[in-house]
Amino acid sequence: MAEQVIVCNELTKRFGDFYAVNKITFEVTKGEIFGFLGANGAGKTTAMRILCGLSYPTSGTATVAGFDVYRQQDQIKRNIGYMSQKFSLYENLTIVENIEFYGGVYGLSRAVIKERSGELIQTLGLEKEAKKLVGSLPLGWKQKLAFSVAIFHRPQIVFLDEPTGGVDPVTRRQFWDMIYEAAASGITVFVTTHYMDEAEYCNRVTIMVDGKIEALDAPQALKQRFQAANMEEVFYQLARSAKRSSD
Amino acid sequence: MDAVVLDGITKTYADGKILAVDHVSLTVKRGELFGLIGPDGAGKTSIFRILTTLLLADKGTASVQGLHVVKDYRQIRKILGYMPGKFSLYQDLTVHENLTFFATLFDTTIEENYDIIRDIYEQLKPFSDRRAGKLSGGMKQKLALCCALIHKPEVLFLDEPTTGVDVVSRREFWDILARLKSMGITILVSTPYMDEAGLCERIALIQAGSIMQIDTPDNIIHSYPVRLYAAKSANIYGLLKDMRDNASVESCFAFGEYLHLTLKEDSGHAVTELEAFAQQKGHTGIAVKEISPGIEDTFIRLMNQKSQ
Repeated sequence: MAEQVIVCNELTKRFGDFYAVNKITFEVTKGEIFGFLGANGAGKTTAMRILCGLSYPTSGTATVAGFDVYRQQDQIKRNIGYMSQKFSLYENLTIVENIEFYGGVYGLSRAVIKERSGELIQTLGLEKEAKKLVGSLPLGWKQKLAFSVAIFHRPQIVFLDEPTGGVDPVTRRQFWDMIYEAAASGITVFVTTHYMDEAEYCNRVTIMVDGKIEALDAPQALKQRFQAANMEEVFYQLARSAKRSSD
Repeated sequence: MDAVVLDGITKTYADGKILAVDHVSLTVKRGELFGLIGPDGAGKTSIFRILTTLLLADKGTASVQGLHVVKDYRQIRKILGYMPGKFSLYQDLTVHENLTFFATLFDTTIEENYDIIRDIYEQLKPFSDRRAGKLSGGMKQKLALCCALIHKPEVLFLDEPTTGVDVVSRREFWDILARLKSMGITILVSTPYMDEAGLCERIALIQAGSIMQIDTPDNIIHSYPVRLYAAKSANIYGLLKDMRDNASVESCFAFGEYLHLTLKEDSGHAVTELEAFAQQKGHTGIAVKEISPGIEDTFIRLMNQKSQ
């Protein structure tokens, strides 16, 4: 049986009488690209924060990379990578400095950091820019670099929160090439997006509506079940009925 | 007379080191719903800030309703509505207070122009005593639109109103825009979502500060110069890599469930050839067909031409 790197069982987060996340149950397999979709306010961010070890659930159980979300938050943080559209890198540090900083935060040795950062800069074709401030890079490059930094310590799982928002169509696809490569190397990818064509690139997709998981399957299977031509239509059918619209 | 005219507008930052807008010329007709389509960093926001008289261009001229953006800036500010990409209302004022504030600035009242905002504001009413900072993303967006409309502007500038918004709210927002257009308001709207381009009457595709093409969405799609094919197999990433190594393939990009491909020389038997190639590479579940391009296909093609 395939190894499960995320296991959630009836995971719930309640704020007062508001159920931000309401008994969600799912498993994510090693090396899978797992799309985590939902309308604004459906509870995606809250669920992601719990899985990243940043917030405690109210009830239910979950393990991430084999660690418990209640008792082993530190171990979870060491074994995952995270990148979002908003915060990614330090604009006032150079590319090399950012890589060294993140490598250091994750406790890699100087020798390992040096070796891997050389490789990384070469792979990204950024040799000429290595000593430039990250702030001067185009957005697409920043996002590609941020992703590489997020998996620099070779985490078991990487969480990507709308990584391609606002990125041009060519770079957006190059970014997905990097996601495919990471997944092929055994890193599990947990990704949110508002681009429904990107939902098609995932092995499996969940769609959250009002704190609950309303659908969980491969894109092809979801399209068949909802008799939809594409994932946008599937999403629309499910999310249209949402009552909540908070972020 | 056109509602919005940009003529050779250029804008640089950091002492000329960063070229944000590069000789952009375009016109928006009165009552038109015009889209600026492009990614972050394309220069969309700079264009909006020049048109809303908040930023001076280095070169070129621009006008709104025949008024010059530099000489007539005071009059322009009275007749335009502007919703910036970044939420810019007062977080500590309530929904109702924000709206009253903006109405007062323009020497009007909520009641006087209520017809324009009714459809949108009705949805906000249950929250009228809530502070703007405590609203959800979708609600903030609706409030910002109400505030931009409360003085009954002749021209509405919307800078990425749907960025980061889910599919359902995005569709609602475009329904609202269609209604505003039917009231005669000229709308210039920007978006990074290529699928929204089809909802505009005319669009400009913009990338790295310059305009690649301006036309109706239909004409832009029809101007796609070569045949476009879609292909898929059980292992889509493997197929993508194989197709990129295929010497006769000119371009190959992932598009949702399928790959979109163009060929260097189209023999007329491309579907069979691509199928045979995929089979030879050991793929299963192969499907290949000719398709009509979309705006995003055009955008990618123009971007690649430009970078060559």
